[in-house]
Amino acid sequence: MTWTVIGTYATAICLLIGSAFVMVGTIGLVKLKDSMTRLHAPTKVGTVGVGAVLAASIIHNFTFGYGSYHEVLIMAFLFVTAPVSANFIAKVNIHERECDTPPKPTVDEHWATLKPNGIEKMPDQPAQPSNGG
Amino acid sequence: MIDLFNLPVGDGPGATFLAWSVAISFAVVVISQILAMVRVAVGPGSGDRILALDTMVVNAIALIVLLGISQGTSIYFEASLIIAMLGFVSTVALARFILRGDIIE
Repeated sequence: MTWTVIGTYATAICLLIGSAFVMVGTIGLVKLKDSMTRLHAPTKVGTVGVGAVLAASIIHNFTFGYGSYHEVLIMAFLFVTAPVSANFIAKVNIHERECDTPPKPTVDEHWATLKPNGIEKMPDQPAQPSNGG
Repeated sequence: MIDLFNLPVGDGPGATFLAWSVAISFAVVVISQILAMVRVAVGPGSGDRILALDTMVVNAIALIVLLGISQGTSIYFEASLIIAMLGFVSTVALARFILRGDIIE
């Protein structure tokens, strides 16, 4: 076993693991039946799936060409930005009321993301006319 | 010996396995891209569509990296890095537009 053979097999196994996780995450994105549960599945694509493919690229470059760790940059960027975008999409789901509305906050009167546009204070009676937004 | 993508992996043991792995990974990621596109089309809410677009960006990064592996070059690294950045920015911009009605207030 030379390093070339080990690198070849490691690249192939990393590719297979990564593509399996990509497939699992996307099937979950299509088949799950709730918006918030659908948010859970594609995180596998963003972390393990692409991470394994990038690791395969690193190993391939070290085995057959000029090796470098450049792909770690993409991996780190994806790992850092995935929670932020997931938080934004979850806020969109709450805003569009595609999930259960969260319980009333203890300190404030209402959640900011559930507040209608253009209203400073949430009216107590829904029949209260607003100034429009 | 299979010559799927003319892989620059030599003729040693495992070259056929690597060629098949690259081909299978291409097929799987392309199918995943199509499934994510289905979710973009049928997704009942805007959150689902944003999520599916984010998944499609990540799948596009995987496709570009696979193309770089199959051609034996590393010149696609910058392209995938820029696509990762643009994907995050576009996701945040779409979500903010739906949340606030404006992107930069």
